[in-house]
Amino acid sequence: MKTPFLKAVFSIVRKDLQIELRSRELVSSMGLFALLSILIFSFALELDRNARREAISGVLWVTIVFASVLGLNRSLAMERDQGNLDAMLLAPIDRVAIFFGKLIGNLVFALVVGLLLLPIMTILYNYNLFQPWLIAVLLLGTFGFSTVGTLLAMMTVQTRARESLLPIVMMPIALPVLLAAVRASTNILTDNPIADWIAWVQILVVVDIIYLVVCFLLFEYVIEE
Amino acid sequence: MTQHSALSTQHSLIETRALVKAFGMLPVLRKLDLSIARGEFVALLGPNGSGKSTLLRLLAGLSKPTAGDILVGGWKLPQEAAPVRAQIGMVSHKVLLYENLNARENLRFFARLYNLPAAKADERITQLLDQVGLARRTHDPVRTFSRGMQQRLSIARALLHNPDILLLDEPYTGLDVDASAVLDNLLRDAHKGGRTIIMSTHELGRAAALASRVVILSRGVVGYDAPTAGLDGLRLSAIYTETTSMASAR
Repeated sequence: MKTPFLKAVFSIVRKDLQIELRSRELVSSMGLFALLSILIFSFALELDRNARREAISGVLWVTIVFASVLGLNRSLAMERDQGNLDAMLLAPIDRVAIFFGKLIGNLVFALVVGLLLLPIMTILYNYNLFQPWLIAVLLLGTFGFSTVGTLLAMMTVQTRARESLLPIVMMPIALPVLLAAVRASTNILTDNPIADWIAWVQILVVVDIIYLVVCFLLFEYVIEE
Repeated sequence: MTQHSALSTQHSLIETRALVKAFGMLPVLRKLDLSIARGEFVALLGPNGSGKSTLLRLLAGLSKPTAGDILVGGWKLPQEAAPVRAQIGMVSHKVLLYENLNARENLRFFARLYNLPAAKADERITQLLDQVGLARRTHDPVRTFSRGMQQRLSIARALLHNPDILLLDEPYTGLDVDASAVLDNLLRDAHKGGRTIIMSTHELGRAAALASRVVILSRGVVGYDAPTAGLDGLRLSAIYTETTSMASAR
């Protein structure tokens, strides 16, 4: 009688992508914000090559985090404002399917913005960011951040001060992901030996798994009134 | 004032027993007992804050009761909500549609969530869009629709999976005269089709004309419950005033 789990998840992902292709609201606002941020950082941080190289990972993650917050707020507001979350909750689907559907959509949008940043920052900062390990860390960090962000945005979107509340609630909880991602990225960009920083990548993987499991378990409680 | 239960519980499709719903310390429904038979069209009336929307959300499984029992088709809510949800269509004063998708895309999305086979879903969508008078606007984004058109599409969404029960929460909000008349016809057709309908509304004349039974909620309990046979808008208005003012005086 229930709709198969994966069918429900991919219906939601497909719907989010279809809406984004139609409106281009999320990626364009996130992308514009990200572009402006790295331009400001680029002008503000007129450093020598070595100092600049150490600052790149900070700039990259600050930009991705705040652009993601922007996207998360809008993505969940779309479900709340017209009551669409209720419409999905009325359907005979596992409620956790809504979480995974929204998570995949949010992750795709954040990754698109993250991957767009790489060539732009490569030009602005005159340093090659197309490094396999850096891209792997970008994927893992964005996944962790999107996981916890989707759950928290589902909570804060029901409040009046949702725009300001989400980053306030999210940053302390996402700190382990951010810390591991920034440390790993800095080490990768400063060409440190892999043995010095692989532990940060491992921490990132473990934290991602913990967040995914915790969010999976908590989602049903979060969407209750 | 006559207050009676219109139906025996033996034949009820929906039943609440001593249903309590409180938000924090504020009780909204206070030991509400209600029984609704299959095929009834119940107009749920009452002043703002009397618990109409809360009751509909509880029956839809969108909200959990603080105490008491809800049985829908023999299933207990919220524990056995999944089979109940497949049998419920809901229309709210919010349209529950995606503005950036067109009419057909919206319905296709919900058809997938209700696990309707693609070919059958397309056929049903075409039929429903025709029925609600939107066949010519099927490829237009919902954001370009008037409020009345959005509400008609919302009804199509609610009927998509052919539910036994329709829950309508103030569906006439913001509709003009023509759109209201179209909605009247859609609801008459749905009722004739054997659906059980529960509609909260502030429009007493419409309630008397469309529904087969009227229930007035007052301060979280049933203040009046009777068939609409022999009732017109004026008579119902007098009953409504009497029921709600008595509750206020208590």
